[in-house]
Amino acid sequence: MTKKVGKQTLKMENKPRIISTFSIVGPKEGKGPLKDYFDVIKNDDLAGKDSYEKAESNILYTAVTESIKKANLKEDDIDFLFAGDLLNQLTSSSFAARDMNIPFLGLYGACSTMTESLSIASMVMDGDFANYIIAATSSHFSSAERQFRFPLEFGSQRPPTARWTVTGSGAMVLGREGNFPYVTYVTIGKVKDYGIIDANNMGAAMAPAAVSTLYNHFKDTGRSPKDYDVIATGDLGKVGKEITAKLLKDYGYDISHNYIDCGEEIFDNETQGTDSGGSGCGCSAVVLCGYLYKNMLSGKFKRILVVSTGALMSTTSSLQGESIPGIAHAVAIEYGTGGS
Amino acid sequence: MMNDYVSAFIVGGLICVIAQILIDKTKFTPARILVSFVTLGVILGALNIYDVVIRFGKAGATIPLPGFGYTLAKSTIKEVNEKGLIGAFTGGIKGAAGGITAAIFFGYVAALLFDPKTKK
Repeated sequence: MTKKVGKQTLKMENKPRIISTFSIVGPKEGKGPLKDYFDVIKNDDLAGKDSYEKAESNILYTAVTESIKKANLKEDDIDFLFAGDLLNQLTSSSFAARDMNIPFLGLYGACSTMTESLSIASMVMDGDFANYIIAATSSHFSSAERQFRFPLEFGSQRPPTARWTVTGSGAMVLGREGNFPYVTYVTIGKVKDYGIIDANNMGAAMAPAAVSTLYNHFKDTGRSPKDYDVIATGDLGKVGKEITAKLLKDYGYDISHNYIDCGEEIFDNETQGTDSGGSGCGCSAVVLCGYLYKNMLSGKFKRILVVSTGALMSTTSSLQGESIPGIAHAVAIEYGTGGS
Repeated sequence: MMNDYVSAFIVGGLICVIAQILIDKTKFTPARILVSFVTLGVILGALNIYDVVIRFGKAGATIPLPGFGYTLAKSTIKEVNEKGLIGAFTGGIKGAAGGITAAIFFGYVAALLFDPKTKK
């Protein structure tokens, strides 16, 4: 007997609790519509370091260590750290883990990393392999520009369709006990590629993956969109969000009344010049650790479904003309629904 | 004198407007646009068409990238005329040496003096 439900979904019988979260964002995110929900807003996006890569690693380190403090735990109490980021060889995460004394697994799911790390953390918790696990991720506008577009030194213009990588890091501590929001279902996504080549149209590239994961989540669990107070995709942006809602409707699931996209929520595109919205691992991470989690604690949201979305290309694959495969993982979180 | 300023402004501005439209409306990367502009300058220079643009636009035509391509073409042709076919390999860079060295030198100085900042 397994805990698998349907084709891609896992039921968390021990209901791993999210006992604390911590979110840090850069100055631009700190001026956005969700600014009141973040734990720390950095005034300096270099975080006092001499490179943006070091800065990103530093904010990830801070998010992890502060989330431990917030849970009233010590580093020694944490059994595992599951983290990932967007940079080559996951240096932000590995270099942050270098300064910690916690067993570490590095994960790459592009911008889907928050729900990827949270999914795996929940499974390991539900398998009774740990008492406390941290799921975390980070991204940084300037290090991502260097990695995926052009280094800032190059001084290139951003095309109007370009997404704005969120500078930020989110970390969650999972524990076994206490009255906290808890994970009930995890749906692991499949890689979907509908042949989109344009790196400036990632929302459309990732939408099929989000649709597939959402569809299978509803089918596996027997739930419907209205069972959730909020369904939040990671960083599809306006275009990707519209495609997702439309395709799901064709499959018989109408998510339009409670559907948000973290990339759309985090910036005010009109006044902040972010064009097509936020992206990056940090985007769904800080929206989940900040806005969504805090609204669960306050009782506004009782049941949410978070679907971080990732585009799995590399700079090399794009230059070689490969299309952009997408991935999405869904995690259902509940609090105060009477189920615990 | 004043006429020169105005025509340089118009011609230089037009060249930049074309580039801006290409950035905004097409999927060409900035690198491709830069290289296309230089190549276009080489072709128009070799066909003596860019000479007309320069006669009217002055520095407005020589300073932007097609002007660099124009210099490459003209100095290659000159070197070939003076030294034979070997000039096809040596002429272009010789003629454009001032521009190339200045780009490297000032680029280096700028890199030493300034740090890039995150875009607003």
